[in-house]
Amino acid sequence: MDGIAGKSPALTWVVNISALLLVLLWTIPTFGLLISSIRDKDQLATSGWWTSLASVERNLIERSSAPDTQVLEAGIYVITGNVFGTEQGDDLGEVTAFGWRSQQPTAFEPNTVAQMNKGLTLSVGRNGDYRLTSPVEFTGSRGKRIFITSIEAPKFTTNNYNEVLFAEGLGRSFLNTMTVTIPATIIPILIAAFAAYALAWMEFPGRSILLVTIVGLLVVPLQMSLIPLLRLYTDIGIGKDYIGIWLAHTGFGLPLAVYLLRNYIAGLPREIIESAKVDGANDYEIFLKIVLPLSFPALASFAIFQFLWVWNDLLIATVFLGNNEEQLVMTGRLREMLGSRGGNWEILTASAFVSIAVPLVVFFSLQRYLVRGLLSGSVKGG
Amino acid sequence: MEQVLVALFTMVVGVLGCILYFWGSNIILDLIYPASGKKAANNIRKSSAIRPWLFLGPAIVILSIYLVYPVINSLYLSFRGPAGNEFVGFKNYIWMATDEKFLESFWNNMMWLIIVPAASTIFGLVAAALTDRIRWGNIAKSLIFMPMAISFIGASIIWKFIYDYRGEGSEQIGLLNAVVVYFGGAPQAWITIPVWNSVFLMIILVWIQTGFAMVILSAALRGISEETIEASVLDGANPLQIFFKIKIPQIYGTIAVVWTTITILVLKVFDIVLAMTNGQWGSQVLANYMFDWMFRGHDFGRSAAIALVIMVLVLPVMVWNIRNARKEI
Repeated sequence: MDGIAGKSPALTWVVNISALLLVLLWTIPTFGLLISSIRDKDQLATSGWWTSLASVERNLIERSSAPDTQVLEAGIYVITGNVFGTEQGDDLGEVTAFGWRSQQPTAFEPNTVAQMNKGLTLSVGRNGDYRLTSPVEFTGSRGKRIFITSIEAPKFTTNNYNEVLFAEGLGRSFLNTMTVTIPATIIPILIAAFAAYALAWMEFPGRSILLVTIVGLLVVPLQMSLIPLLRLYTDIGIGKDYIGIWLAHTGFGLPLAVYLLRNYIAGLPREIIESAKVDGANDYEIFLKIVLPLSFPALASFAIFQFLWVWNDLLIATVFLGNNEEQLVMTGRLREMLGSRGGNWEILTASAFVSIAVPLVVFFSLQRYLVRGLLSGSVKGG
Repeated sequence: MEQVLVALFTMVVGVLGCILYFWGSNIILDLIYPASGKKAANNIRKSSAIRPWLFLGPAIVILSIYLVYPVINSLYLSFRGPAGNEFVGFKNYIWMATDEKFLESFWNNMMWLIIVPAASTIFGLVAAALTDRIRWGNIAKSLIFMPMAISFIGASIIWKFIYDYRGEGSEQIGLLNAVVVYFGGAPQAWITIPVWNSVFLMIILVWIQTGFAMVILSAALRGISEETIEASVLDGANPLQIFFKIKIPQIYGTIAVVWTTITILVLKVFDIVLAMTNGQWGSQVLANYMFDWMFRGHDFGRSAAIALVIMVLVLPVMVWNIRNARKEI
């Protein structure tokens, strides 16, 4: 195939550039999320993430310190401070214009003195230091409004992650997701492996009907199961508990598990199994000592599928688990945040990235097995 | 931390329980029918008739409870009232045929069924053809495949951010609107525009599924015998002709598999719609509508009837799969 593309340099270029475009198109959305999640939340809300390395121009409304901080200097009352906050601003931003009325928020250049009503004056320096003076004493409890336009250097921070993990309860949900995922991955593997061996190498009546049924069950929509199972759980008294969701994920994962593992185990060389039988081993011993170790690649493929599927599942968790702190999984938390924190992109992007980080690590480190599983599961007709 | 310990403990208990069951039941079987003594032959015959069912037991029980019983029970519930207590005949189905929101969901689902599998397969095919011919093909494949690991809800957040809308005049932080504004257009609240919003939601699923299509089609393309390609090169076919006239016809079977797998997934699409619009602005789909009637409408009858519609739509694929499987067995 290389030979065909290699014949014409122009074609090679076209292929390379098209592939690059496709890859960019597919990675930019996730990349944008990652960049946004480490940006300062004010910058994130006012400029696109693709500008995150450029300085940001922002229009801010700040307030001077309260009148009780005023000092008397040579007969005039003075309030001083910094518009960027209490810590004297060094690299927080650079003021390019300021004003004192909302109609003209950019009327004055920095370091000039603005004449306000009643003899008050205001000046703001480039670094944000302001000086507000008055011939008579300032009264009231609040400071004066100061309108500034500032240029800010790009700011990156891990604050968003601190906030979502500890203040927004995502850390707790992370544990809940783990609690759901690990048993719901391991239990179906064990059960499916035994069943797959029986279907592949043991003789019994009804074997082919059973296999065909499992192939049929592969595509049964989950939606069919929700109501009957919810009613069943209520009748039995399992209610909304972890055991219920583990079993549910086991049930929904089993058809694929049995199908994948049977295909693999049935493909193992007949001689190995028959020579073991001749040596007097029964099926249980053959399965445990020979088939199970040989099936590792297929077991790994299914484990990855099931892990990703359970970790990313929202539907089953919503139906079979509660909405409380102890049970809300990450996907459920994300959904809740989309409703309650819809505009807070710093919260949403950081939370989304926390929830996709583990699957991405699993994906990139174990991709080989995932692809192998996909190929054996799909190319054969599942 | 306590919860993790409980989870670990339950896991160990569950796993040990499984092992204990398989180990114990096999030991007991060997004790009852020992493979030695006077009736050894008879015993071996009996124990090998029973053993398969010990192996299959847990799987059969769980599959029956979690998949077979619910299908039958849903069928039954769809002829019953909101709480499942009284028989209502075809009332739920008649309601469905006249309910505006249901019809909207149904036609939206049809649109999803056509566009998503087609777009994913085509993009997957293009991606496979391109990445098979470049040196950094494996890296490119990994990156295009990556969205598959991302949850639908995570993907929804990623794309909601892209579709984000700010009023005209203020700076757009959503990529799509920023591009539109850059080329002189007016920003739009994309996910609130009926009909088109469904397309914007479909893009998310296409983004996720293209990698899957690519991986499988790429394997199929590599499996094509070299001779057919060499023969066509000798006959003077250009690369495009080779691709469309020689390679594609040889992988029709795999394309069908990819297409149907994505079709099944599309029928069940739920998370994306729930997270992006929750069915507002004319973007409802069956799975989410069913969920709506289950949790907000509290009507198990109607909800089960909607689930049955999804099941009926899946049925042709199921039959096709079973026929293929029978050929192999």
